[in-house]
Amino acid sequence: MRALPPGLRRYAALAGLCAAVVLVQVLLSALHAEQYLVQLTMAAWYSLVAVGLCLLMGHTGQVSMGHGGFLAIGGYASAVLTTLAIPAAGASGTALLLRSLGILAARQDPATGADALAVAPWAAFPCALLLAAAVAFLVGIPVLRLKGHYLAMATLAFGFIVSRLLLGLKFCGEADGISGIPAFRLFAGLAVSGKKALRVPNYYEAWAVVALACFLSVNLMGSRTGRALRAIHGDEEAAAAMGIDTARAKLSVFVLSAVLSALGGVGIAHFGGGIGPGEAAVLKSVRYVALVAAGGMGSLWGTLAVSSVLTFLSLRGVFGLYDDAVFGAILVAAMLFAPEGVPRALAGGARRAASLPRGRGRPA
Amino acid sequence: MNRALLEVEGLHHWFGGLHVIDGVDLSCPEGVVKAVIGPNGAGKSTLFHLIGGALRPRTGSIRVGGKETAGLPSHRMARLGVARTFQSSRLFPGMSVLDNVLVGLHVRGRSGFLADALLPSSARSEERALRARALEALERLGIAELAQADAAGLPFGRQRIVEIARALAPKPRLLLLDEPACGLNNSETADLAERIRAIRAGGVTVLLVEHDMSLVMEVADQIAVLHYGRKIADGTPREIQADPDVISVYLGAADA
Repeated sequence: MRALPPGLRRYAALAGLCAAVVLVQVLLSALHAEQYLVQLTMAAWYSLVAVGLCLLMGHTGQVSMGHGGFLAIGGYASAVLTTLAIPAAGASGTALLLRSLGILAARQDPATGADALAVAPWAAFPCALLLAAAVAFLVGIPVLRLKGHYLAMATLAFGFIVSRLLLGLKFCGEADGISGIPAFRLFAGLAVSGKKALRVPNYYEAWAVVALACFLSVNLMGSRTGRALRAIHGDEEAAAAMGIDTARAKLSVFVLSAVLSALGGVGIAHFGGGIGPGEAAVLKSVRYVALVAAGGMGSLWGTLAVSSVLTFLSLRGVFGLYDDAVFGAILVAAMLFAPEGVPRALAGGARRAASLPRGRGRPA
Repeated sequence: MNRALLEVEGLHHWFGGLHVIDGVDLSCPEGVVKAVIGPNGAGKSTLFHLIGGALRPRTGSIRVGGKETAGLPSHRMARLGVARTFQSSRLFPGMSVLDNVLVGLHVRGRSGFLADALLPSSARSEERALRARALEALERLGIAELAQADAAGLPFGRQRIVEIARALAPKPRLLLLDEPACGLNNSETADLAERIRAIRAGGVTVLLVEHDMSLVMEVADQIAVLHYGRKIADGTPREIQADPDVISVYLGAADA
């Protein structure tokens, strides 16, 4: 590592992530256990929320108990737009023009079996991210003036509102959610979809997006902006006295984390082919907070490790009926016994056990 | 006398029914050290918060270099060249001394949120320049060897110096020092006096709120005295020491 130029050294852990992703796939394929890739792919999409929250909570010190809401907003926006059923017969000139541009795509109306039109996934995608960004912007302006418990309660309330809206809105499918979401075709035959034949490419697609999110996080935290965010975490009033526009900086991170969450929602929706109101449930949002807390709050790699492992186990049904209880217990235990995060606590324990000389802990 | 860098006129502020700043006028010429003194509860800290932008005055005018700044938030004041230190040490915990000073240099950088996330290489030369300036600021105060130390873990006296380095790094026009001698021992206070004189020699105007009279009498060119939100005297240390109103406020005259 010493041979690397300082500009590249910060990407060493990112390279490690990529290597681990490849290693896991190669191992699972060699062991004929590719079914596990399904939950690992979903874990990747969900981990985008954790990566965003790590920036918001860990680095900037702003709690959000409502980020499941942003994942749901992204997922539902893409789901609603790509499952519209505009009758193809007698479609207007504008609709035909949009279709020839590829913005609308042909599909079958599931109710009648007739030819219908819906928004193509690639066109719905920016709409989903923009909607999440706009909601985060409008919610963030008043809410981010609050601090500590008050901010936690306000974001919790935001999550409640999204959750109840999804349950109540007819076009969101009420309690059933939305199913029949088409595959998100990318290039060269690749697509985000749950097709069995596409398990391996889907796994890589999801983790490539996570790696990209980590790349942005690493850049941001190593920059002047990242320093300003850490200063806000440490002492908001002093940060303002240093010339940092704290309201604007907090809002920017809030919007970025919401967009990352929405991105995860889009991935989940197209990979699974369906999305339900449970994604916005308050316990889901609490779960993301637990993942970031157990990962060591400000530690991106710790958060990612904890998030992918625990989400994978949860999706495999390992925790059974106690799923939500396990995540609640993890949150409490992390706060009590490992405030610096489980990975660092384990590393510290291992070091003490091996009585190695103490190395300098390096924040991610 | 030089022209005034800071001019405060008819300033009023109150919390609920408590009129803490009651029509204060204050002028601070460029290049001097001006002290604001007064008994506890005189309104010194509130005046500081009003000038620094942490509080928005109810009425009145505050001008810095001729520009009206009353009501501007702290971060805008920092951009206008008004730097400050805090009464109790307010260094950013979990960050090195160098990083603390780099935060102080925030106003001297320009890289934006998106550019920092997407194109880290674009900001690299700016970052190098900021780093050099931060080290230079530490060197000027003789604490370059502390650059990598954990700021919040330093002894109190050192933290105070780091805070001053952080405030001075962006080369402000006006430095607000809020009770800088608070918690320092005698030799540290003497050292602080030396540093304040050096800051003035460097061309930075200093406005100082302080309880320690020996420090004030030693370094201040001008002193304003507040009492119950009103200014009762303003002049050179010699004039202030001889002012009967000031003496009665501090020593308690027969009619008090």
